[in-house]
Formats: sequence, structure tokens, C-alpha cells
Amino acid sequence: MNLIRMIEARQMKAKRPDFGPGDTVKVHVKIKEGDKERIQIFQGTVIARGGRGANQSFTVRKISAGVGVERVFPLFSPSVAKIELVKTGDVRRAKLYYLRNLKGKSARIEEKMKELEEASGPAAAVPTE
Amino acid sequence: MKQFLGKKVGMTRVYAEDGASVPVTVIEAGPCHVTQVKTAEKDGYRAVQVAFGEKRKNLINKPLSGHLKKAGLESTRWLAELKPEDGENFEAGQVLDVSVLHPGDIIKVSGISKGLGFQGAVRRHHFAGGPKTHGQSDRHRAPGSVGASSFPSRTFRGQRMAGRMGGATVTVKNLTVVEVDKEHNAVLVKGAVPGKPNGLVKLEIVEPASERFKKPKEK
Repeated sequence: MNLIRMIEARQMKAKRPDFGPGDTVKVHVKIKEGDKERIQIFQGTVIARGGRGANQSFTVRKISAGVGVERVFPLFSPSVAKIELVKTGDVRRAKLYYLRNLKGKSARIEEKMKELEEASGPAAAVPTE
Repeated sequence: MKQFLGKKVGMTRVYAEDGASVPVTVIEAGPCHVTQVKTAEKDGYRAVQVAFGEKRKNLINKPLSGHLKKAGLESTRWLAELKPEDGENFEAGQVLDVSVLHPGDIIKVSGISKGLGFQGAVRRHHFAGGPKTHGQSDRHRAPGSVGASSFPSRTFRGQRMAGRMGGATVTVKNLTVVEVDKEHNAVLVKGAVPGKPNGLVKLEIVEPASERFKKPKEK
């Protein structure tokens, strides 16, 4: 298994932020048109993450012109130039496929309250010391 | 040498320069130690016997360990014969490594396929099975008729039926070598390769990269 790990480690050099389902991300996708290359941004909600090692992927969903659009990206693909974390969402599920059946107000995801998390973090660490 | 031995490690993916994802099988190939050279004069055919893989030396019997001693080895997991090219000479004790293979080579890979046990005709021979409805009972995955009646009064040899599946030598042709890592004795081959991880596979170059890219493209 070591040989595979070594080969996968070489593929996993691209910097990727720590993000998960419910988060809103901007994915910078390299697009080739003839011999020109440009970058297109796909912004939406991460509804699933899959795979492990170099095989990881994530699914981003957005509503474009009233139509739901989902794209699956390989996490370490060189055609994904950059991933920007816009918002962290507060969700209770690993796969948010239920969003496909919802629209408008009910399809919103609440933002995770960072301050609350930070406040509870050190407090929980105190007893261990 | 156009043939080489390897051990299947498993599959993963690598990204090509243009960003395309390439499914690859990782094969740990070599080093192979030459244990015996068979000649046309002495053995009736030319071959190079090589040892590959690790095994505890207390599992090797005395006749074999005596045979391996000539090549300076204590033990081996596999012994196999490879076919040398015309004009190539080898010597017992010589060590062959992955540099036999180059990225871009078209190869074929042989191995022993996964043993699947006793399987029905639907799985083993892709039979369609029977109808699912219209009053069928117990006929859903049945093989159907296996022959006629009083003539010939027997089932022909070779009639496809249920039975043991897998565990046979399978060769996959037209695989491309994606990468050769001499430091780790690793070869990345595009596509799947027969057998389970840790199984022995034989790699054979069908069209070397040097010849493939030399030829002008026909249109």
C-alpha cells in the first residue's frame, strides 16, 4: 500500500482549504478554448464530499437562471486552480441531497457562528489542563 | 528483453499534464534476478529463468535453495522464464530492473484472474436468464436448454454452463505505460490488470515507445 500512498502523495500537492458540506465555495476552474486558457468561477454550496486520498471529489450546487446546476470536481485536479471558502454552513448531514427537492427560502443554509465555536473551544480545553 | 515480471499493488489515479485524470494500476516490477540461462544447444530453446519477490528463506526447500545459490539468492517467491531477444546474452546472477520499460510503451499484461468460485450461467457466460414475469417460477436465472432430445442423446462438449469462474490466466492487451519509477521499481499502467493485489503479473512490450513515436502518423 505504501507505493500507492507515495504516488497519491505526489498528486495531492495542490493547496485546498478545509471545507465540507454546507459551505459556500468559489471554484476557480481552468478552461481551455483553443490554445487560450482562462479561469471561470463556479460559486455554490458544497453538497457532498467523496473519496479518499488522491481520489477525493466534491459536488457543488448552485441555482443558475432558475435551474439547479451541480458540478462534481476532483479535489486535486490541476484544472481546479483554486478553491475559495466564502461561507461555512451549519448543517447536520454529510450529504445534502435533500436540497435538490427544495427551492427558494427553504433551500437556504444557516451560517455557522464562528465566535460561538471559538468561545466553546478554549472553555472545553480548560479541564484537561 | 521485452518481458518483465511484476506484482500488482493496486489502482489509483494520476493527472496528466492537461489535467485529465488517468486511471492507473500500480505494479511493483522487479528487480528480477537471473537464476539460469537456457540455451538452444543444451535445453532445446532459449530462455532466461528469473527469480522475483520475497519469501522467508525457511519456506524454501533444499533443492530450490541450492538452485538459487548459483545466482547468489537465498529465497524467492516466484520463478519464471522470460524470452530473450535475439543477440541478447544473460548470465546467472545478473539483476534486471524496470528500465526495460519506458513511458509510452504499449504492453500486454498477463496474470491470474480473481477466483470467483462456482458461478451460474448468467454471471459466467452473460446468459440472459429467463423471463421475470408471466408465471415463471425458478426460471429467472436458469441456463435454458443444453441440447436436443433422443438425437444426439447427449450434451455437446463445450456447452456453456455454470461452474468455476476466474482463477485462469488472463491477458489484457493494449495497455499504455504511463510512468516508470526506477527508484521504487514502480510501473504505472493505464487501465486495469488481471488478478488481485499481490498477484504476479507478466508484462510484455508489444510496441516500444521509441517505435511508436518515430513513425509518421498515417491519415
